[in-house]
Amino acid sequence: MSEKLKKPQELAQVEFKPAPQGWMDPTVEFRKGTWNYAAVPETLEYLDLPYPRKWQPTDDDWQLPDGWEQIILTGMRERLKKYRSFQVFMDCCVRCGACADKCHYFIGSGDPKNMPVLRAELLRSVYRNDFTTAGKILGSIAGGRKLTVGVLKEWFYYFYQCTECRRCSVFCPYGIDTAEITMMARELMNLVGLSIEWICTPLSNCFRTGNHLGIQPHGFKDSIEFAVDELEEITGIRVDAPINKKGAEILFIAPSADYFASPHYFTLLGYLALFHEIGLDYTWSSYASEGGNFGLFHSTEMIKRLNAKMYAEAKRLGVKWILGGECGHMWRVIHQYMNTLNGPADFLETPRSPITGTTFDHASSTKMVHITEFTADLIRNNKLNLDPSRNDHWRTTFHDSCNPARAMGLLEEPRYIIKSVCNNFFEMPENTIREQTFCCGSGAGLGTDENMEMRMRGGMPRANAVQFVHDEHDVNLLLCICAIDKATLSPLMEYWVPEVEVGGIHEMVGNALIMKGEKERDVDLRGQDLSGKTHADESPAGGSQEEVAANA
Amino acid sequence: MRILIPLLAVVVLIAIGTVGGGGARYLFFVVLPYAGLAIFVLGIVYRVIHWARSPVPFRIPTSCGQQKSLPWIRSNNQENPHNMLGVIWRMILEVLFFRSLFRNTTTEIRQGPPRVLHNPDKWLWASSLLFHWSLLIILVRHFKYFVEPVPNWIIGLQNLDGFFQIGLPVLLLTDIVVVGALSYLVLRRLWEAKLRYISLPADYFALFLLLGITGSGIYLRYFDKSDITLAKQLGTGLLSFAPVVPEGLGATFGVHLFLVSILLAYIPLSKLVHMAGVFMSPTRNMVNNNRWERHVNPWDYPVTVHTYEEYEDEFRDVMKAAELPVEKD
Ligand code: SF4
Ligand code: SF4
Repeated sequence: MSEKLKKPQELAQVEFKPAPQGWMDPTVEFRKGTWNYAAVPETLEYLDLPYPRKWQPTDDDWQLPDGWEQIILTGMRERLKKYRSFQVFMDCCVRCGACADKCHYFIGSGDPKNMPVLRAELLRSVYRNDFTTAGKILGSIAGGRKLTVGVLKEWFYYFYQCTECRRCSVFCPYGIDTAEITMMARELMNLVGLSIEWICTPLSNCFRTGNHLGIQPHGFKDSIEFAVDELEEITGIRVDAPINKKGAEILFIAPSADYFASPHYFTLLGYLALFHEIGLDYTWSSYASEGGNFGLFHSTEMIKRLNAKMYAEAKRLGVKWILGGECGHMWRVIHQYMNTLNGPADFLETPRSPITGTTFDHASSTKMVHITEFTADLIRNNKLNLDPSRNDHWRTTFHDSCNPARAMGLLEEPRYIIKSVCNNFFEMPENTIREQTFCCGSGAGLGTDENMEMRMRGGMPRANAVQFVHDEHDVNLLLCICAIDKATLSPLMEYWVPEVEVGGIHEMVGNALIMKGEKERDVDLRGQDLSGKTHADESPAGGSQEEVAANA
Repeated sequence: MRILIPLLAVVVLIAIGTVGGGGARYLFFVVLPYAGLAIFVLGIVYRVIHWARSPVPFRIPTSCGQQKSLPWIRSNNQENPHNMLGVIWRMILEVLFFRSLFRNTTTEIRQGPPRVLHNPDKWLWASSLLFHWSLLIILVRHFKYFVEPVPNWIIGLQNLDGFFQIGLPVLLLTDIVVVGALSYLVLRRLWEAKLRYISLPADYFALFLLLGITGSGIYLRYFDKSDITLAKQLGTGLLSFAPVVPEGLGATFGVHLFLVSILLAYIPLSKLVHMAGVFMSPTRNMVNNNRWERHVNPWDYPVTVHTYEEYEDEFRDVMKAAELPVEKD
């Protein structure tokens, strides 16, 4: 964690000082700790994206291509014609302010341009100026602003301070979704070569090797095998983890952090234990070795280019359906975009659990099931032998990840599982969970080291709710079903509520799961001693949590 | 400036209405109301068609409740619709009762050990709801100026509105409520730092214009006591497209009618189109059934992907060394 970061108590003194003259004159200061490095040119070149160049947001001259204003305005006209959401959201906001204090970045920073309505107005003002009659005639009186370098810099700063979490959209009387506006703004900036490293590097890695981390097939196999060894040490059982196996019934795709980062890794152990125990006929894929899709933080086209691998691989391997691991934005893509972009997946079958016989009719078209849906069904049908007391050293709470909550509605499945495998579960306050859940503060490509202050600020509402259950109920484990969460909630907790660790649901399942023929378990999946069933503070596998946040 | 300009604009409009109502009577009592109405109707139609012409490439409802998945998990069809019925229900609650505003909270950070509090806040919801409903009832009441005989239900509505039987003419509840709610909506924009910061001249203009309209209307009813029969003569004439301008309609009436004409024309040109836009919002009006019904994007186009063959060509050697199966040896 950056040393210069203020102490939590100081950071929590959020000041709200809106400039009295308003916001129409663009001003932006790229203050250390609050922005992300620019994309490196090689990644744009690899992906055939326009105007690769070396630059940084702090440069005076961003080396914009000639005629950049026209490029952006033309792009805007196109997108207004292609997305009703964009057109309607540009026209309908009444500036009622209902969304204003619903954004974690606004709450944590007090920066008035982080109010969702104002974030949108940064773009809307240009829309008014160039696309509405009133704006063309009345200009700034009608709230119009000319697109200038200053305005563009403001866009870059504030549209990379939105995690596309959609919390604002829950409260807006017209459902105006600032996440959607941010997606449009980022697409427009891409047109003139402005993006961030933390999005474009994973994109080009994923395009080439199949996963964000750029792990090549043999490295992928090593990681999985390492986990198999580790699981054997803990349980005494050697599980099979097939990779690229043709003819398997199910293709399993998890976010790559699960086999590389900590604490994700313990969730991976959980998956492996579970699949072995139920005798699932499945396979991993090295080509589709990434569930996540940073295209969502870049452009629709990039979503499609990366997501295509899932169906292509399912077809090549001849599986019947696809099972997806614990990941948030991955599931927005799968639930709301995949079928439209790369479907129809006619060559697959409606998913059916080979263990319980349940058909997942709600996934009859995408042919892809969320692992918590799958496991909840197993538990409901008594197919698992569970000993929740093996999680008694944990006092848990659950963080709804933004995308499964607000772009899907996956709320009860994870809770049902947690309650079946943990004896101690406590909900955070009502306004901070389910559809009103607070973002980890580092999603949508913003989880970088250089952006640490903004991340800690943006994560404050979430952390504070955890603090509450920690104080009230001694909660010491924050569960989630998202790879970005696992990477970013860890440093967030370390900063705000250091007594609380972060874990995944299938880690808890793996702990509780009594496997046939297993040895007496004396440690949990983290390698922590179970004998006293007290919670020891060691982190056995993977890099330290900071490292993961920085590198994952 | 952001407040002064719209205030001045409304004052100027009132002045024009005063003068015009006395002078160019045919223009102000007949031509402008017709023009305002025409712009309103055509403008809204144009807007809706304009919106509808932009397709909805992806199905992106904001889910605010449990999805439909396993049969034993109760899904929330109202907050996360899984069929058309759910969407209709969601829209009804949104349009008639402002469901989303009902969720509103105000966030506060209490110092000491820092605590982020989310306090329920129904003020915005209540004032907007009261304002919109009062305006609707007032609008409906006004039908009595356009039709003869006045239908019983309108008389009933008015009696209900004047339930408390205070004063003469009887004080109507909606008149008080609408002014109260509008004043609150203005005051919060002036008072609250956040709102002051985000408010544009157009936001104040809409509120001032509405205050002008309701103010002049109230003045007509309770103080000027403008002759109802005269107003009715004008109204029925306008409605039957055989307009007559009766003598004796005063300046205040001119102002009232002029401001209404302006408002009608202003709606489709401004943020006030939200009245139509709310029906078009993809995050609210779509069924969350993506995984069992494929949504088609009309402008979908092929993209370059990294195929498995290309991948294997690049990594074949390491794959073979790692004993991973390959397609081509
Ligand atoms: S809640 Fe919706 S209408 Fe109100 S200010 Fe925010 S985006 Fe605009
Ligand atoms: S989508 Fe989330 S991060 Fe973006 S403006 Fe809305 S609340 Fe803030």
